[in-house]
Amino acid sequence: MSSTPFALAAAPSRRRDALQFYGAWLAVIAVMLILPRAFSSGGALTTFSLMGISVIFALSYNILLGQTGMLSFGHAVYYGLGGFLAVHAMNAIGAAKWPVPLPVVPLIGGLAGLVFALILGWVSTRRSGTAFAMISLGVAELVASSALILRSFFGGEAGVTANRTKLFKLFGLSFGPQIQIYYLVAAWTLIALIAMYALTRTPFGRMCNAVRDNPERVQFVGYDPHIVRYIAFAFAGLFAGIAGALSAINFEIANSAYLGTQQSGVALFAAYIGGIGVFIGPVIGAILVTYLSLVLSDLSSVWQLYFGLIFIAVVAFAPGGIAGLLLRHRPLLRAGQMWPVLRAYVVAAPPTAVMLAGLVLGIEIVVRHTVGTSDDPVMHLFGYSLDTGSPLSWAIAALLTLVGFTLARLTWKHVARAFDDAMTVARAKGYLA
Amino acid sequence: MRKLIATLLLALPLAGGVARAEDTVKIGYIDPLSGGGASVGEIGLKHFQLLADQQNAKGGILGKKVEIVPLDNKTNPQESLIQAQKAIDAGVRYLTQGNGSAVGAALSDFVTKYNERNPGHEVLYFNYAAVDPVLTNDKCSFWHFRWDANSDIKMEALTNYIKTAPGVKKIYLINQDYSFGESVRTQARKMLAAKRPDIQIVGDELHPLLKVTDFAPYIAKIKASGADSVITGNWGQDFALLLKAAADAGLKVNWYTYYAGGTGGPTAIKQANLDHQVFAITEGSPNLGTPAAVEFEKAFRAKFDVTVFYPRAVNEMRMLALAAEKAKSVEPLKVAEALEGMQYEVLDGGTGVMRKDDHQFFQPMYIASFGERSEKEPFDEEKTGWGWRPVAKIDTAQTMLPTTCKMERP
Amino acid sequence: MPGLVPGIHALIDNKQDVDGRDKPGHDGDQSKLRTGPILDRRIAADLRQWQGARVLELIFTSTLNGVLFGMLLFLMASGLTVIFSMLGVLNFAHASFYMLGAFFGYQVSRWIGFWPALVIAPLAARVLGAGVERYGLRNVHRNGHVAELLFTFGLAFVIEETVQMIWGKAPVDYRVPQLLDFPAFSVFSTNYPAYKVFMLAVAVAIFAALLIGIKRTRIGMIVQAALTHPHMVGHLGHNVGRIFMLVFGLGTALAAVAGVIAGPALVTQSNMAALLGPILFVVVVVGGLGSLPGAFIASLLIGLLQTFAVAINVSLASLFGPLAAGHGPSLLTDVWNVSVAQIAPVLPYLLLVLILIFRPMGLLGTRET
Repeated sequence: MSSTPFALAAAPSRRRDALQFYGAWLAVIAVMLILPRAFSSGGALTTFSLMGISVIFALSYNILLGQTGMLSFGHAVYYGLGGFLAVHAMNAIGAAKWPVPLPVVPLIGGLAGLVFALILGWVSTRRSGTAFAMISLGVAELVASSALILRSFFGGEAGVTANRTKLFKLFGLSFGPQIQIYYLVAAWTLIALIAMYALTRTPFGRMCNAVRDNPERVQFVGYDPHIVRYIAFAFAGLFAGIAGALSAINFEIANSAYLGTQQSGVALFAAYIGGIGVFIGPVIGAILVTYLSLVLSDLSSVWQLYFGLIFIAVVAFAPGGIAGLLLRHRPLLRAGQMWPVLRAYVVAAPPTAVMLAGLVLGIEIVVRHTVGTSDDPVMHLFGYSLDTGSPLSWAIAALLTLVGFTLARLTWKHVARAFDDAMTVARAKGYLA
Repeated sequence: MRKLIATLLLALPLAGGVARAEDTVKIGYIDPLSGGGASVGEIGLKHFQLLADQQNAKGGILGKKVEIVPLDNKTNPQESLIQAQKAIDAGVRYLTQGNGSAVGAALSDFVTKYNERNPGHEVLYFNYAAVDPVLTNDKCSFWHFRWDANSDIKMEALTNYIKTAPGVKKIYLINQDYSFGESVRTQARKMLAAKRPDIQIVGDELHPLLKVTDFAPYIAKIKASGADSVITGNWGQDFALLLKAAADAGLKVNWYTYYAGGTGGPTAIKQANLDHQVFAITEGSPNLGTPAAVEFEKAFRAKFDVTVFYPRAVNEMRMLALAAEKAKSVEPLKVAEALEGMQYEVLDGGTGVMRKDDHQFFQPMYIASFGERSEKEPFDEEKTGWGWRPVAKIDTAQTMLPTTCKMERP
Repeated sequence: MPGLVPGIHALIDNKQDVDGRDKPGHDGDQSKLRTGPILDRRIAADLRQWQGARVLELIFTSTLNGVLFGMLLFLMASGLTVIFSMLGVLNFAHASFYMLGAFFGYQVSRWIGFWPALVIAPLAARVLGAGVERYGLRNVHRNGHVAELLFTFGLAFVIEETVQMIWGKAPVDYRVPQLLDFPAFSVFSTNYPAYKVFMLAVAVAIFAALLIGIKRTRIGMIVQAALTHPHMVGHLGHNVGRIFMLVFGLGTALAAVAGVIAGPALVTQSNMAALLGPILFVVVVVGGLGSLPGAFIASLLIGLLQTFAVAINVSLASLFGPLAAGHGPSLLTDVWNVSVAQIAPVLPYLLLVLILIFRPMGLLGTRET
């Protein structure tokens, strides 16, 4: 988690890197444009919009955790306050008929996030580490509790609603249909992506990394780590506010769930699963977590169990997140050493799949017997029907898990060896990890 | 790890295709089906599933099969809206939800806007348990129908009962500090002042929602106030811990509650050993002995081994079928028009009416106390051996309240 | 009586009173505030005396309740303190182990009784905790504290779902043992159950045992040394990995003890871990990292703070009078009318933030977090 990937691009082939760099951004834009054409149902568009919002939110969180080394448990405070301010702004603009179009509203939310981060951040950023984490936890609890008590601003349990179509219309866009909201979110996601990426490239961004890695030395160089953390915190608040406002626009409602610990948890999960050491890590994580949270709950009533297991697996086996895992292969790819590793992966895949299938089967059988809502003992999994009542299914689950586990252990040892060998070769050729 | 995700990505179509099966009436059930809130959400789902089965056994609605589509909202309003969108994509035109007014308000608002923006594809939202009065007052919607009595109506019924109970002289109010608790306490003060000015409100407490571990200091305050009755809208842990602390301290008062019948409520009352000292305001109980309710209760318990929590869900589903027959269509707009002002013989006996002005259902309400059963009370709760004993019935007319709703009709 | 007003029908014939109870109101309420048109001297003196007694009663009951609640907090937080202060792990699954303890306790006490459960459940939790340390946390340890913390985050999810799968989602009927199900004493006509006194005794006993165990025994010394100088201790021939495992197991066992004991007093349900929330972190951080006495004092402080706050009905409106009538409901009126009692359970978080700002090492902490 020590370097931003784009930053450490090898010097010799500048032109190729520049091409890759701009190519990547163009690819992002292309994907954003193609997606709504490929999947046009309302649910899919909502999903994509949420992914965009989640990307901004997770990236803003990573300004704290990944780049400045501040673990926050209360990032949703700024997201939520941005959302509430945006909803109130939409209502005020609609009522007063000010010539402010909807696309500007996220900026209001962002400013709200910024202002509150400036107010609440001064004392908490004096320290990093556990003290910062605990202050953020305390502040989050205080704000979430006051959301229920201060009913005139937060709208009580019902929250505050707004109508996004009642605003000043620019170019005749009503922003009623979801597709228009999708493009709005996509545009803001792109802006936020570029802005936050640029931030990592500035001297300030480097100072953040320095504060994370060694605050004492930063002081020796003549910077105040407190100020650096404070500014980083303010930026994080700004972008979280933008994300919150976009969410408020998408749902046309803001309520206390925006401010809750769960929302803070989402940012933490997304950033960490994706990989906090890499700029695109939280992007991957946000997309994945949003998708999983929507899909897993359709598949299984104990989706939280799977979510917890996935999370534990990432923490245990891929501490750098998914992006970190992918990035570890870069020197191999450059050295042309991918092939033996890939072959090892292919060998390891079937037993791993068998083990996971056994595990899932076992969990689902147990669920059927304890909390199942349907009284049909026959279960459909991976396209097969199984009678959960018969001991045969239990035996199959146990067997799959055990055999899969034993074989997977062997094959993954093989993978580790192949990886190490390939790495040695790559290092010898001068490609460093 | 990555492979698991890759498999998932490949195996699943993104957010379902557009499938409009015209021969089924799909009802999207949006409530928590995982996590902490699932204990109530799952029981609600069982009601609707049994009701759908019963309706289908009778030939469905206008010959169309009724299908309940369970959707897990994790008690989160935003998640509910995503689920609603998904349901609509899958051809659902009726949504039903109950847990949490935050979700209710979000859904009502969503449905209203959706219908405005998608004429011809209207969706109806049937609310079976979200009780915030605002949903049928300031934020009312033509597309929202509520079968549960809202919290003001319950208070109206409760205070009408207290009006006739001379033993009540000093009342203490203790509620959770959010909009529901707030509305319980303000309405209690207002209505009691009008109906029983001689009653003293000796305490009026709000405490943060689900944050209190030890209610002993609150009980000390109640005790010091000399109250003989307590009115509380508390539910879940806040209800159970309150009663336990009261029992520990030896506080003897009558408890007038909204949610003593909720999951875990009866268990807590039994543990606190408060025999017939806890009263609940409810729209029915099988111990009333109404044949239809007893029959449904027996069928439900036989199938799922839990109590019927929502007689109103029964009213909701059966009225939907009636309205569709009356409108000779399952088009939501026509069904909505047929539902307006509809009179209906409710499950626990007596006539209820879906008021046209605000789409709030009014029905007879009951005050029941929980404790040892006599031979007239066959049903117990949560295997405690104790059961509900109906104490008083409040007629539909005595539950009517004016509304501030200005309904915008299509 | 119901039945006299049209539209309201009494459904049961009750001879005693509307609600079937002989004596509404609580027994033994001594307050007799005499009110009369003339308030002569004698009555005024009486009144002063009476008010004095009331204040005394309030202070006494609040203190007692505060101490009892504080000790319950300490009971729940002691395991967290041990793990947090010794291993530096912010164990987010602590509340989950506490929940496991409650459910193990419930199950075992149904089979063979409460007292065996008080021993068996913590032992089971200890084995589980040691397993988690050995096969989970230890592998994650090299990736830093954030990774460890997130690991326990994921673990909390897994434990909650597992508990739901085994015991369902509704609260279980976990009762106080018969032996302790009686009022221990009665002050100002309020009963204090024996079970609460038992909780207090256990909390104090755990505190004393931990203090002696860490400061005065050989094992305690080795553990302390292993935390600051693991390599040195390793070279001296001690198995550092095993020491960490033992400490984590001890922490989870303490959590389970709290679960077994608090389970009957509170609500034993699969969401009890989540509902407990971060209050235990407040205790540990306010007390000061690495300080067991600090956690003890912080528990008492928070218990008392919360209990006394409940007794205070003061709000800005009651101090300075209500706002001008022209004000509609606004943010200002909301803030204006909030009473101290209303926000009592949120006050610990305020305390947390203030302590961290003004004294970042906590009350009795020795090192900055």
